[in-house]
Amino acid sequence: MANTTAVLDRGKVATRRSTSLWGDAWRRLIRNRLAVVGGVVVLTFMLLALLGPIVAPFPYQQQNLTELAANDHRPISPFTAPFWLGTDHLGRDLLSRILDGAQISMTVALVVQAVVLIIGLPVGAAAAWYGGRVDTILMRMTDVVYAFPDLLFIILLNVTLRETWFGHAMDGLLLVFVAIGIVAWVGMARLVRGQLLSLKETEFVEAARAIGVSDFKIVTRHLLPNALGPMIVAVTLGIPGAILAEATLAFIGIGAHAPRASWGKLVADGQQFMVSAPHLVLIPAIFVALALLSFTFLGDGLRDALDPKLKGKQ
Amino acid sequence: MVGYIIRRVLWIVPVLFVVSVITFSLMKAAPGGPWSNGKPLSQRAIAQLDHKYGLDKPVIDQYLTWAGNMLRGDMGPSYRYPTRSVNDIVADGVGTTVHLGVMAFLLSVLVGIPLGVVAALRHNGIPDYIATFVSVLGIATPSFVISIFLLVFFSAGLHWFPTHGWRGWERPEAMVLPTIALALFPIAQIARYTRASMLEVTRKDYVRTAHSKGLKERSVVLVHMIRNALIPVVTILGPLLAFLITGSFIIETIFSVPGIGRFYVQSIGQRDYGVIMAMTMMFAVVIAVLNLVVDVLYAYIDPRIHYS
Repeated sequence: MANTTAVLDRGKVATRRSTSLWGDAWRRLIRNRLAVVGGVVVLTFMLLALLGPIVAPFPYQQQNLTELAANDHRPISPFTAPFWLGTDHLGRDLLSRILDGAQISMTVALVVQAVVLIIGLPVGAAAAWYGGRVDTILMRMTDVVYAFPDLLFIILLNVTLRETWFGHAMDGLLLVFVAIGIVAWVGMARLVRGQLLSLKETEFVEAARAIGVSDFKIVTRHLLPNALGPMIVAVTLGIPGAILAEATLAFIGIGAHAPRASWGKLVADGQQFMVSAPHLVLIPAIFVALALLSFTFLGDGLRDALDPKLKGKQ
Repeated sequence: MVGYIIRRVLWIVPVLFVVSVITFSLMKAAPGGPWSNGKPLSQRAIAQLDHKYGLDKPVIDQYLTWAGNMLRGDMGPSYRYPTRSVNDIVADGVGTTVHLGVMAFLLSVLVGIPLGVVAALRHNGIPDYIATFVSVLGIATPSFVISIFLLVFFSAGLHWFPTHGWRGWERPEAMVLPTIALALFPIAQIARYTRASMLEVTRKDYVRTAHSKGLKERSVVLVHMIRNALIPVVTILGPLLAFLITGSFIIETIFSVPGIGRFYVQSIGQRDYGVIMAMTMMFAVVIAVLNLVVDVLYAYIDPRIHYS
């Protein structure tokens, strides 16, 4: 009997999970209340963007003229069925328009970060691994991009290319994504370069080299996985920057073609009804602020969770 | 030090050259040209306009003429307003933009630094939470959203301040909202950096020494802590000042402030390529120079820093 218990106990000891980096990070993350709230809001927005056209009560461009006429042709106030967030001066349901805008904002969030990773990762990795001239050229390039005022460059690209086929693709959104991505990849390239430069000198890389592992495999199997933490943080914190840039562009009239409207455009359009129908500008403004705050909280939480040394800095 | 400054100034030249080439080629790549807005013109009229503004010459010639004029301080013509040059337009608006920027800058330093200091002294206390809240709000909320909230509550709702009608000191009440809206982001940044930097110096040996030799809390904070804590804060003042000058176009557009930023946004709508090109270059120069000034200032304030 006693023997059996001992064996069982040993079995228990053996199955106790060891704590991994990612497990620890996850526990630290879910203990951070702000980050959890941010994460939940982010997931909700993603879901809304995905299901937007299905859950939207009306097509976003549909003008509900009979209801508008019944309201003396003034924008319908919120909290009146069936327009829970009211309508604009053309009788378009604000909730449906915000859901369509959510799709734009979340697409910006993902596509821009994809562009950033696709360009920034290989360039940064190449600069760190090969050094020398490749590295110098990269660093000079990033100097130029840093010298250029971000938003002005994005505006310039959009203004000059908006009449081309490229500017018309995806209702004008492709150009916005690419323009923001072109400015933002530099930060990722520098980050990857810095991370890899310090990892390059570690003993496990030397060991891998000694047994003849190829350059490509060392970078992809040994270096990048170890740099993943800071990269995840950079991507998450880069998202609010991209959403903000898109919203600002839309606000000054660059971006998605009408009748599609991103949140920034909704705010800009609603500005003229600030006194008579403040919901038209306040509600989209709240959505923009909520999205940016949630991504920032989630990103800060991830940074603290993945790299506790950095906590409180930056 | 002198060598460092010279090298930094020289490094601005290639950067601005590349910026100017990119700007110029993008403008040339734009289809339609500056005359495609509004009523369609006849071929002859377009040819005449092109000839008048030198747009029929080879592209390299056009670039050299433009760049040469820029170097001499002549920013070229506005294609939309034939009677005015870009210099006239900038001269009209730059005073207002700088006025707004300087006021917002003063406000952000006067609010941001005390906020950061108090937050660090009451670490994890209520002032700290307030400061953290303000900085998160200021950093994560776009300036146009902040402006809209200010306008809806203080103009449309309470009627305390006008929604537009900037006339400088002749009408101070019209300056309040644009200044606050523009200053919120810098306030947040400065408070964040000041707080982090103050928390850092709190643990330093010389602060403990100052305490242990019986100095009053007041003088430890004012003489030993703040002076050292502000050194890193200076590094972000340059980018912030550049942001206040070049980034005010949203605020100027919302509050109808007649500065160069609002004109820049209008030129985008009107495809006034001459103005867009010239202003982009001007902003790039301002940013490059401000960053340089701050780096030099940094070395001057902190004698431990040696540039080589």
